[in-house]
Amino acid sequence: MTDSRDPFARAVAVTGVGMITSLGRGVAENWRRLTAGDSGIRRIARFPTEGLRTQIAGCVDFMDVDPVTIPALSRAMAEAVSDEAVAASGIAADGAIDGDLFLAAPPIEHDWESRFDLLDTVDPGGGPYARGDGAAGTEETLPWHREFLNGSLADRLAARHGCTGSPITLTTACASGASAIQLGVESIRRGERPAALCIGTDGSINSESLIRFALLSALSTKNDPPEQAAKPFSRNRDGFVMAEGAAALVLEHPDHAKARGAPVLGWILGCGEAADTFHRTRSNPDGGAIVRSMAGAIADAGLAPADIGYINAHGTGTPENDKMEYLGITEVFGEHGGRLAVSSNKSMIGHTLTAAGAVEAVATVQALGDGLLPPTINYRDPDPNIELDVVPNEARAQKVEFALSNSFGFGGQNVSLVLAAAG
Amino acid sequence: MTDREVCITGYGLLSPLGETPAAWWAALNDSAAWRARIDEAATAPFPIHTIGDYDLAAQVPRPGDRRAMGPMMQYGAYAAGLALDSAGLKGDDDLLRQTHMIVASGGGERDLELDRLILEGAPGRGERDARNEWITAQMADGLRPTLFLAQLPNLFAGNISIVHKVAGSSRTFMGEEVAGADALRIAHRRLASGQGEIFLVGAAFAAERPEIQISYNAGGMLLRGGFADLWSRPDAGICFGAAGAFLVLESRESAATRGVAVRAVLRGVESDRTDRRTGDPAETARRQLEWLGAWPAGPDTAVLSGASGAGATAGITAAERRFLEGLAAGTPVRGMAQAVGHAVEAAFLQNVILAAACVEQGQIFAPLSPDAPVEAAGAGPVARALVTGWGHVRGEALALVEGTG
Repeated sequence: MTDSRDPFARAVAVTGVGMITSLGRGVAENWRRLTAGDSGIRRIARFPTEGLRTQIAGCVDFMDVDPVTIPALSRAMAEAVSDEAVAASGIAADGAIDGDLFLAAPPIEHDWESRFDLLDTVDPGGGPYARGDGAAGTEETLPWHREFLNGSLADRLAARHGCTGSPITLTTACASGASAIQLGVESIRRGERPAALCIGTDGSINSESLIRFALLSALSTKNDPPEQAAKPFSRNRDGFVMAEGAAALVLEHPDHAKARGAPVLGWILGCGEAADTFHRTRSNPDGGAIVRSMAGAIADAGLAPADIGYINAHGTGTPENDKMEYLGITEVFGEHGGRLAVSSNKSMIGHTLTAAGAVEAVATVQALGDGLLPPTINYRDPDPNIELDVVPNEARAQKVEFALSNSFGFGGQNVSLVLAAAG
Repeated sequence: MTDREVCITGYGLLSPLGETPAAWWAALNDSAAWRARIDEAATAPFPIHTIGDYDLAAQVPRPGDRRAMGPMMQYGAYAAGLALDSAGLKGDDDLLRQTHMIVASGGGERDLELDRLILEGAPGRGERDARNEWITAQMADGLRPTLFLAQLPNLFAGNISIVHKVAGSSRTFMGEEVAGADALRIAHRRLASGQGEIFLVGAAFAAERPEIQISYNAGGMLLRGGFADLWSRPDAGICFGAAGAFLVLESRESAATRGVAVRAVLRGVESDRTDRRTGDPAETARRQLEWLGAWPAGPDTAVLSGASGAGATAGITAAERRFLEGLAAGTPVRGMAQAVGHAVEAAFLQNVILAAACVEQGQIFAPLSPDAPVEAAGAGPVARALVTGWGHVRGEALALVEGTG
């Protein structure tokens, strides 16, 4: 240890986790398949994709939701993963949690079907967006209004788990899940509440969102075979694969966890973040914000870069992200960067967007706990300019004490977490 | 844990009241000024409070930046610039690199013109498959990358980072009225506990957005026909108001080190979730007032109510009015939506800025609804100001702003 601070002095315990991805339901099933190197990427069956350049995704098609809309699927997954995490932690034995709720969720947008339905109901004859002849809302349409408020899901989840305080819904784009965890860590460190329930959920694959990301040239178009499309750190990587998923973490002050004899699955030791002011979708070529995010998390943990043994990378598989993340790792870690294990869960489960930071934090907790690093699959054609040990293609048994999890997003969002094994 | 004092060192408000504190004050004391900004025609049958013309280029000089935002994000970027100017931070890249940003957003901004084309041109409801195919083709051809990026809600903050170089961090909260209060609460708590030194907190709302009006109309929330006084509206009583509202908060130590004037002290921010089927928001609010040491208010305490107008007869606005009427005799209460409209995510922050202006002046302005008994106490000296934020369907918030002492 090069820093005299005790990295566990301000540690926050992880006492419960839950996860859903295209690989399946539950942490155990996901972890089994993530370490087996399985891919959850398939041809999209939810809607017709003829004529679209990207026709693959990591859809979660096994939830009991019909019809599949963004709010409905995001809600079903958030409920399932938070139920799993809360049950595992045993924190709500009396039906309530003395902790805040932080929910990373996509914005509620009306899909086209519900838009047409609503206009048919509330705005008969008024024409599109014409308010003139529109009828006023009724008891019948009030639930529709509530359903499409951004705060409704967190409100329901807070009621479901008996959380205290005002539940917060947040987005930092593809870093959102990590931001939810960071907010929970901060709250516990401030001593306001002894616990926090942090959730990330994203079920937003529909034709519109697919087209939106495709227009940014952000998505892989290697549709065949689908499971080989996500190729982080490869020379021929050509974009990320959109995916759905959710994860939840119960965080607790160590004293609180200890007092109730709770299982400690792992620790969050530090958080870092930085905003990039360069461009809406690209990082500053100097990697400054990525560096500040990673270095900030390591410093917040009271560690030095050389203490980190594994990085759960943002690793989207876009040409830009992987190049910049590698640059940032090189800046922060120097020579140690070449010795670290760095793998991308997105090679298997795609990019779960708003949920990714939470999903990957749970995967990191599992990796630390099991001494097993999940691989970067589809690594057949290494990018010669990215000299990292990406844990190629197969999981590796390796005991690691401290890990870093990166999450970066459009709009200049950068968040990094430092986690530690329970031990 | 010893709480540090949290100071308001800057604010920026783009609202129906004008842009400068002098203009706000004048407009709040002259109903003709704010009434002139009510537009009953633009989005009829729903009246709205409008901002009027403003010079966006003064705060967002690059045309490319202006094009990348819809009206809501433009209001926010403009107000954020005003706030940074007011706090003496604009252009200080070293400090801006350490400045944390928390914003509240109602979601992103869609390309309304494209939506309109799709809604107008789509095949009828009997032809669902054909319609979906047609919509997909329209979007693939019609979406413009620069503009649809604004559909990501965090680009509200992202644009501010780019335009004004705020680089410490950026977080976007969503969730209607209480999201604005929670942004302020989290910033306050982080400052009070030493998790940061300077915060930019804000929100914006575009009153004219059709998809939001349609949603609130579906909820039976929107005032129709002509403008009506806030406290005597029907239950469908929300009249939206456009706003961009940003504050710069910092620790007393940071303000002293920078040698910047403290405008007001943000003593505390509370927000809670009351189950409105079984619980009573008034009990929550009373507990918050007691917690902040401000119960039961009194003549030296201005109360700026964020009552939305929803449920003005038998619902939540009526409940808040009864609660406010139960405060100590002589407490000057003002229902702010009367003058500025309801700005949803931005409402609470707008009212906190106006509360800071009140304690700076040491005065409360004249009643905004002179005929309403709840606003019976007239203009007079005040030492502190409370801001309420009861959401139209959820969330109850309270802030206490005091003079610099």
